[in-house]
Amino acid sequence: MIRIVLPAHLKTLAKVNGEVRLEMPGPVTQRMVLDALEARYPMLRGTMRDHHTGQRRAFVRFYACEEDLSNESPDTPLPSRVAAGEEPFLVIGAMAGG
Amino acid sequence: MSGVRVLVGTRKGAFILTADGTRRDWAISGPHFGGWEMYHVNGSPADPDRLYASQSSGWFGQLMQRSDDGGKTWEPVGNEFTYEGEVGDHLWFDGTPRPWEFKRIWHLEPSPEDPDIVYAGVEDAAIFRTVDGGRSWQELPGLRTHESAPRWQPGAGGMCLHTIIQDPVNRDRMFIAISAAGVFRTDDSGKTWQPINRGLRSGQIPDPDAEVGHCVHRIAMHPSRPQVLFMQKHWDVMRTDDAGASWHKISGDLPTDFGFPIVVHAHEPETIYVVPITSDSEHYPPEGKLRVYRSRTGGNEWEPLTAGLPQANCYVDVLRDAMAVDTLDPCGIYFGTTGGQVYGSADGGDTWAPIVRDLPAVLSVEVQVLP
Repeated sequence: MIRIVLPAHLKTLAKVNGEVRLEMPGPVTQRMVLDALEARYPMLRGTMRDHHTGQRRAFVRFYACEEDLSNESPDTPLPSRVAAGEEPFLVIGAMAGG
Repeated sequence: MSGVRVLVGTRKGAFILTADGTRRDWAISGPHFGGWEMYHVNGSPADPDRLYASQSSGWFGQLMQRSDDGGKTWEPVGNEFTYEGEVGDHLWFDGTPRPWEFKRIWHLEPSPEDPDIVYAGVEDAAIFRTVDGGRSWQELPGLRTHESAPRWQPGAGGMCLHTIIQDPVNRDRMFIAISAAGVFRTDDSGKTWQPINRGLRSGQIPDPDAEVGHCVHRIAMHPSRPQVLFMQKHWDVMRTDDAGASWHKISGDLPTDFGFPIVVHAHEPETIYVVPITSDSEHYPPEGKLRVYRSRTGGNEWEPLTAGLPQANCYVDVLRDAMAVDTLDPCGIYFGTTGGQVYGSADGGDTWAPIVRDLPAVLSVEVQVLP
């Protein structure tokens, strides 16, 4: 099971409270997690990754296990503690003015 | 008694203001989509309970929302806007070519007949359409691929398609305006477009007869006279009587002819309204006095409307999509400011009162008349 924490605006958009939990067996990658998240909540498509290029949006970051994984390859396996559901995968709206 | 619903888009959410036909006592609902930039909220003329809202943020991009119950509940719909075919280049501020890049939806214009059909004006400039109530959007690429497009350049607010007017008589005809390219017209339902900027004079471009490059801020039409369009340009208030074949200046005795919105009275096609702004480098009213100017003569002769509006120390702006008229009698006029006030007049502009004072900066105002 993967635990995902969304930023407040995306929680509101997806109408979720607290963490999102996705049943995903085996090693998982950033891309697999985001694909599954968007499949469960289609309204999130385009909000974290560009529709066409699949690139992370500039002011969205991905953290886990006290590390910034934003610039890791989306196909790199996520830390085992994330895959085991011991640590959440954090989607963060980067700090910026406004 | 009929009522009105005013749809307000702001920098930090949308608000819905409702009143009965007297337009004296208002109920304020919102913020809807709090914290998001709401460039435009608009309703279907064919079904007033069908609303569309453009929701965006620098973090999470563009979303599109739809309501089927007049804004009580909303449902996210399609937010994928893909330019058709090869994406060409336009001019960047420094004169270098830069590829088209989708940024946001500035304006939504529902069809008068079908609540599932909506046109969307996009930055970088293009026009899209949905025919399935917002679930999917397709570009009408004939505009963006016009031979002049490589010479289009953004205005200070971005290269936005901000105005869409559907001709109520000739259903194949539509007008759009782009900052800073100008006005274009299609006579074949959006397949092909022609620039209609003859007569515009823009000091910022050296060629006085330039086909494109004009910073048109807004155009407006009265539905009974689709050949006549009014324009608030960057500087100059303009008019055409031949569907854009030629324009002439009607700034007349305005204190300044810089500004953003322009609207036409619902029952008097020669009565128009603008909000003069000091200059392109001072985006606030002259002398700190917020004055709407009305011409009852189709331009040139203007009168200030000040009753109920602040006449000292007022330094707000009124953006291009932030003024609207209702179709009641007397005609109601509404506008929102960058200071977060929404003002309304239930008597054609003679007197004004704030409907709400302290919203986030207002980006857009639309009004619906309800049965």
